[in-house]
Amino acid sequence: MSNEFYQLSVNGVAHEVRDAWAGESLLYVLRERLGLPGTKGACEQGECGSCTVLMDGEAVCACLVMAATAVEAEITTVEGLSSDGEPTDVQQAFVDAGGVQCGFCTPGLVVAVHHLLERTANPSELQIKEAISGNICRCTGYGRIFAAVKQARDNRLAM
Amino acid sequence: MATTTATSRATLGTSAVRPDGMPKVQGRFAFASDVWADNMLWGATLRSPHPHARIRSIDVSGALAINGVSVVITADDVPGQLTYGLITSDQPVFARDVVRYAGEPVAAVAADHPETARRALDAIRVDYEVLSPLLDAEQAIDGSFAAIHPDGNVIRNQRVIRGDQSFVGDVIVEGSYELGMQDQAFLGLEAALALPDEDGAGVELFVATQWLHEDQKQIAACLDMPLERVRITLGGVGGAFGGREDISLQVHCCLLALVTRRPIKMQYGREESFFGHIHRHPARIVMRHHADRDGTLRRVEARAVFDGGAYASTSSAVLINAVTHMQGPYRCDIATVDGYVVRTNNPPCGAMRGFGVVQACFAHESQMDKLAVACGLSPVDIRLKNAMRTGDRLITGQIVESVAPVERCIRETAALPMPAPLLDEPDALELPGGSGLTARRSNIRRGVGWGVSIKNLMYSEGFDDYATARCRLADGVVTLQFATAEVGQGFVVLAQQIARTVLGIDTVLLEPISTAIGSAGSTSASRQTWMSGGAVDGACRLVREQLFAHVGATHDVDPLRLAIDATEVIDTMGTLRVAVADAARGLVLDETFEHHHRATEELDENGQGNCHVAFAFVAHRAVVDVDPDLGLVKVVQIATAQDVGRVLNPLAALGQVEGGIAQGLGLAVMEEIVLVNGKMRNPSFTDYLLPTALDAPEVVVTMIEEPEPQAPLGAKGIGEPPCISVTPAIVAAIRDATGKALTRVPVRPQDIVFGD
Ligand code: FES
Ligand code: FES
Repeated sequence: MSNEFYQLSVNGVAHEVRDAWAGESLLYVLRERLGLPGTKGACEQGECGSCTVLMDGEAVCACLVMAATAVEAEITTVEGLSSDGEPTDVQQAFVDAGGVQCGFCTPGLVVAVHHLLERTANPSELQIKEAISGNICRCTGYGRIFAAVKQARDNRLAM
Repeated sequence: MATTTATSRATLGTSAVRPDGMPKVQGRFAFASDVWADNMLWGATLRSPHPHARIRSIDVSGALAINGVSVVITADDVPGQLTYGLITSDQPVFARDVVRYAGEPVAAVAADHPETARRALDAIRVDYEVLSPLLDAEQAIDGSFAAIHPDGNVIRNQRVIRGDQSFVGDVIVEGSYELGMQDQAFLGLEAALALPDEDGAGVELFVATQWLHEDQKQIAACLDMPLERVRITLGGVGGAFGGREDISLQVHCCLLALVTRRPIKMQYGREESFFGHIHRHPARIVMRHHADRDGTLRRVEARAVFDGGAYASTSSAVLINAVTHMQGPYRCDIATVDGYVVRTNNPPCGAMRGFGVVQACFAHESQMDKLAVACGLSPVDIRLKNAMRTGDRLITGQIVESVAPVERCIRETAALPMPAPLLDEPDALELPGGSGLTARRSNIRRGVGWGVSIKNLMYSEGFDDYATARCRLADGVVTLQFATAEVGQGFVVLAQQIARTVLGIDTVLLEPISTAIGSAGSTSASRQTWMSGGAVDGACRLVREQLFAHVGATHDVDPLRLAIDATEVIDTMGTLRVAVADAARGLVLDETFEHHHRATEELDENGQGNCHVAFAFVAHRAVVDVDPDLGLVKVVQIATAQDVGRVLNPLAALGQVEGGIAQGLGLAVMEEIVLVNGKMRNPSFTDYLLPTALDAPEVVVTMIEEPEPQAPLGAKGIGEPPCISVTPAIVAAIRDATGKALTRVPVRPQDIVFGD
């Protein structure tokens, strides 16, 4: 433990992290220190994608990032994808298309899909599969998740 | 968990949207790992590194000397019963004199930070005298290894003997089959928060579990407390699949809270999760099928050995499921089955989706393919020829009273379109091996395989696994209460659909899922739609009766003539039509209902008896692409027709089918806990491989809807069948593509490249 502190910018808000152990992951700090438990951890080895957050717009596994090294970055978590409490198009599509069962994989997937659709407006089925292949879902078998991503994609294209 | 609301007109049969969907996508849903309390400490568990050892001494002084460590507890601190267990209480809360598997809890600590707790575990000195482990299930059976537990090394032996035991068929095929140990790998790790009562004589627990009341019973016994002093609320559950039916951290967490008088949070990491819950039983099944020349199945002989690991868990029930399902969904009059589930120093095994039937099905379906070849029939024709029908007898003598559309399942699966052929120049991601090691297009061979299964629903052998629900109608709003564990399957939305349908009221609130109401039984055995669905339906109907009595009295109509039409009460023989909301104004109606399924019997020593409640059936056809030189497999398509009774929520039903198929695919070609000398070699997601989006096959589905008369809503459970016969179907397809025997799952690349 140390008495030093550092700042993290999460969802547009500056947070001070005090008395933290230097080895704490961004995942731990978000969940246990900043009151943002939306980001999940299921492997802490970068294998499951449950902890996916955006750092300066890039999707990363928060479990692999030391929180203290993220001080320069703008971090977006599932809680910060929309600012007004209304669901984003991707979130709505996951609900409508049946992409949510237990929901533990969902926050990470939702962040990953936002990242995908921001970079690639019209991803093919294979591009979708590849983009979310780092996000494990044990419940759905992915079928309804693919449907949700396609629904969000098509809605954006139609706009 | 917050009380949830839904107001859409989403009745039974619609793809009603689940009430927890929006909180889950927004990251607002509180999983068990998300709950916390002021002033809480972190609990952590010390586990044995040895599969079998005597504990000479435990020195906790080093741990207690660390700043921030509050307490270390061991077996000596357990106030009540020293063991727990689902069927027999044989598993120690903490190992005291001897450890029986690598990963068994020995002590637990409470500290101010997870990292402090980890260091405290490192500082505990346990002096072990390492013993040689019992690892070979056959040694447990033949008695050549001294008992490793006071209850002995054989957990259960059950025969099923029926018909002429000297019968010899014109055609005989035999084989020996093996299944590795599969992990449930639910994504949300084990987690709980325990809050001690101020007087120290009770505890409140928020935990991710499958069966709150069973946890309550086992925890209370270990804490030496009356049941009502252990109050359990379901923490949000991130999947279960059988792996949360047993106690994991519940007793440890409560005990730490009571000793420290502070809230305790515990959560496992992924590695600890592999040690902390039970797995699917690895099994070896030797089978011999006798048939007439035309392919008519006459006799099944089987010897099955299931490795239960160190503690019993649900092993004995898993075994009876296996031995009573050995014939598969086929008529067969003669059976000679002998099954063992044994105790070893391997990790404990218990419930996982499919529960014993997965193992039996891999063997009997592999056999049906051999029989087809021997009789000159196609895989489809041999199955159609022997397909079970309602009224047929099982090898236990039980008559199958359930709707049994086996033939339809097979025919409608066969009628589903085949996938397009592999392109001449496919994307690398479409080839076996995907993005990593990639096959060459010219090497690829395509294969097709079949699997069909029968699965019992609900608990068996005389167990009354009833379910309770309460319905309250007040101010035009329905509130439902039940202790049914929502683990992801979607019971929360089904319950709302039932209430809207029965009562014609759209606003259906749900109380927190807790032990404040009677048991709902376990979320397992494909039973909650039937059992808890029946309970919610029953409670809502009782309320409706009262409502009709009130409306009848008010309008001078015989209540028996009243019915609900959408959101109105109508007189079926007159003109009265009044909105339910108006009719119910000022009323407070509150009813509780218990749903019991029909009684079942124990098996006799020959495995005869009406031990099961009901059955569901399914067929799977798998299409795979294989690179035989590299041993790589891509599952291209799964076609399936499933006997569901009635579809209550099409989207949720499809999700169950697709999800189950992915797990069966995992067992077929990817997933295995590798054990070396009783120790897990791959307790991580880096080394225990799960299907990803790139492994997901195209899934084409037909739901067979023949309402089940026994079932309260006409619907059968749908959770387990999808994962059962898909595994043998995939393996059969790989055999078809390669000509290899492939008698073991998961099929590994080396089995394809170097196997016979
Ligand atoms: S918890 Fe970060 S990838 Fe699994
Ligand atoms: S919905 Fe449960 S892990 Fe994806």
